Amino acid sequence: MIGIEHYLTVAAILFVLGVLGIFLNRKNVIVILMAVELILLAVNINLVAFSAFLNDLTGQVFAMLVLTVAAAEAAIGLAILVIYFRTHGSIAVDDINRMKG
Amino acid sequence: MHPILIIVFAPLVAALIAGLGNRMIGNIAAKSVTTGALFLSAGLSWPIFLGFLGGTETATVIPVLKWVESGTLTFDWALRVDTLTAIMLVVINSVSALVHLYSWGYMEEDPDQPRFFAYLSLFTFAMLMLVTADNLVQMFFGWEGVGLASYLLIGFWFKKPSAGAAAIKAFVVNRVGDLGFMLGIFGTYLVFQTTSIPEILAAAPAMSGSTITFVGMRLYTMDILCILLFIGAMGKSAQLGLHTWLPDAMEGPTPVSALIHAATMVTAGVFMLCRLSPMFETAPTALVIVTIVGAATCFFAATIGTTQWDIKRVIAYSTCSQLGYMFFAAGVGAYGAAMFHLFTHAFFKALLFLGAGSVIHAMHHEQDMRYYGGLRKHIPLTFYAMLAGTLAITGLGVYHLGAGFAGFWSKDAILEVAFARGSGAGQAAFWAGAGAALLTSFYSWRLMFLTFWGKPRWEQSEHIQHAVHDHHGHGDHAHAHGDHDHASADGTAGYHPHESPVSMLIPLGVLTLGAVAAGQVFAPAFLDSAAFWNGSIFYNEALIHAMHAVPYWVKYTALVVMILGFAGAYLSYIARPELPGKFVATFGTLHNFVYRKWYFDELYDALFVKPAFAFGRWFWQLGDVGTIDRFGPNGIAWAVERSATAAKSIQSGYVYTYALIMLLGLVGAITYVLL
Repeated sequence: MIGIEHYLTVAAILFVLGVLGIFLNRKNVIVILMAVELILLAVNINLVAFSAFLNDLTGQVFAMLVLTVAAAEAAIGLAILVIYFRTHGSIAVDDINRMKG
Repeated sequence: MHPILIIVFAPLVAALIAGLGNRMIGNIAAKSVTTGALFLSAGLSWPIFLGFLGGTETATVIPVLKWVESGTLTFDWALRVDTLTAIMLVVINSVSALVHLYSWGYMEEDPDQPRFFAYLSLFTFAMLMLVTADNLVQMFFGWEGVGLASYLLIGFWFKKPSAGAAAIKAFVVNRVGDLGFMLGIFGTYLVFQTTSIPEILAAAPAMSGSTITFVGMRLYTMDILCILLFIGAMGKSAQLGLHTWLPDAMEGPTPVSALIHAATMVTAGVFMLCRLSPMFETAPTALVIVTIVGAATCFFAATIGTTQWDIKRVIAYSTCSQLGYMFFAAGVGAYGAAMFHLFTHAFFKALLFLGAGSVIHAMHHEQDMRYYGGLRKHIPLTFYAMLAGTLAITGLGVYHLGAGFAGFWSKDAILEVAFARGSGAGQAAFWAGAGAALLTSFYSWRLMFLTFWGKPRWEQSEHIQHAVHDHHGHGDHAHAHGDHDHASADGTAGYHPHESPVSMLIPLGVLTLGAVAAGQVFAPAFLDSAAFWNGSIFYNEALIHAMHAVPYWVKYTALVVMILGFAGAYLSYIARPELPGKFVATFGTLHNFVYRKWYFDELYDALFVKPAFAFGRWFWQLGDVGTIDRFGPNGIAWAVERSATAAKSIQSGYVYTYALIMLLGLVGAITYVLL
């Protein structure tokens, strides 16, 4: 029988993958964006899982909201990347350090 | 409105106008307003003095402003006019007015004349505040004002490092004395609960014999107070130990020297002693100290005067010596004689200084007497003035004729009274004074002979050479050369000294009159008339009677030593000019000792100046640089810089490090909340 713990485990694995994707990735900003998506999806899985098991629709509604936000964020992120590539000619993570103090 | 208000405040107003207006109002306006104010003050002072002389004036106190009211401590600004003050008013204002006038000529080419005249007037105002003081605090105000103005004037040519050093020296040495004076004032207030001079003088006799614990010893109250006050007088009046500033004060312009030495500043100590004479009379030990210090200064300064080459320095040491006379006169109880000598001394010392200034002016700022000589024919008016001054300071006069120059009347009175006192200190003072009179005569005539007699020795003087070359630079060369060749034969280097302008000669004339006649005219009042003093000083009738009854040999001592001194100077500098050189060769050590001013400067340098510098360096290196700077400003700056560098390395600019830190922070916060 598949219980809530399985869903939570999958979500936790996805979350950790996403976090590591941000920190360990040294190559491409697109990978960071994808890792962020992973984190959001992990959260979504948690929301839907709890919603189903607790018979509370609020979680599923919230998951829809998160999906929307994620889509918008991805669109904006990619748009920024395209512009950034045009002006700087690179989207390698190690080249983007303009926030250095 | 009482004229004293105008007398005292006119110089202040003039000083403010000339000082604040400075270049805006121009030289002529600044000089006119200050000189005018001083002549006004002098003009108003003489009627007051003559009124006291004739017995028509009475002592008054003119209140000016409230000053301090704090518990039992109350004192106001008030101007006291009595016989003593009237004498000082006349001395200060007359000399100062003449010095102002003289400075028109002497300072003619100086670019900062308004400043100079403003300082002169300020100086006079401070001294006037001092002599009109009705309480010790106001006297202290004048006391410090005089110190400040002297600092400004001695350092007037502040571009010369030596002038700046002399000004600082004068100020610092005076502060030593001022400390004593301040302690004296504090102590007097502690004992009498008032700073009002009349109240203190009235209460002083009752305090005689009372004791007080001071630095762990039981001592007589009055002795302690008077000694402390006397230390103040020693500083201001350049007595032995605190005299070192006075000769160095020569760095100021010559009119300033005349003002300091004759009227303002150095007479303050003698004046204070006389003003507080009833108080000093209750302190026998203090009086003995005053006598001994005065006598020692008198002799000591006279010895130095015999060896100096700088014309102003000789006169400066002579002032020091004459002040010694005044102090031991006060010390033996003859305050009238002390004031009389102050009065006559003001005339002839101002005359000598202004005369020396005239010589220096004529000799193109050469001050070394070795390069003078033969000036008698070139500047005859200055010569006659200086001659009168010299006769006055050496005290030419014959007792039986009842005639003499100013110095004769006052100096002889002082010597006689010291002898008549009969005490050990008085005897010592008499002999020291007689010795000093011999030396005074010697160095005064030495000055005259070196300056006005003999052959010109100008050609070795750099100043004269400059003057001659400047002159020839403009003239035609052939003529100049001829002149030069002719000149080197007679030692003049082709230089022609010119008599000073009229503005310098008038003061010389007026002062000559004073130097000749002041003694003769005023001796009866100053020395013999208790009514004239009218209680403004302590007047010892019996002592004055004893003074007149001294043996004839005492009365003629001064004249005899004066002639001996003259003869010695004549022999050494006219008849046999090789004698001084032989003397120096034989008694090299003694001459060097005296020539180097008894090594006082060297002693103080080793005792105070060097250790002070060492201390300063130590505090600077170890305390300031080593501790405060190291751990204070520099240390904090270093720490900030280091921590900023550390903080900067966190801020890499990479998104993933920021995200990591955010995550760590979040985890930390949640952990904290959950736990």
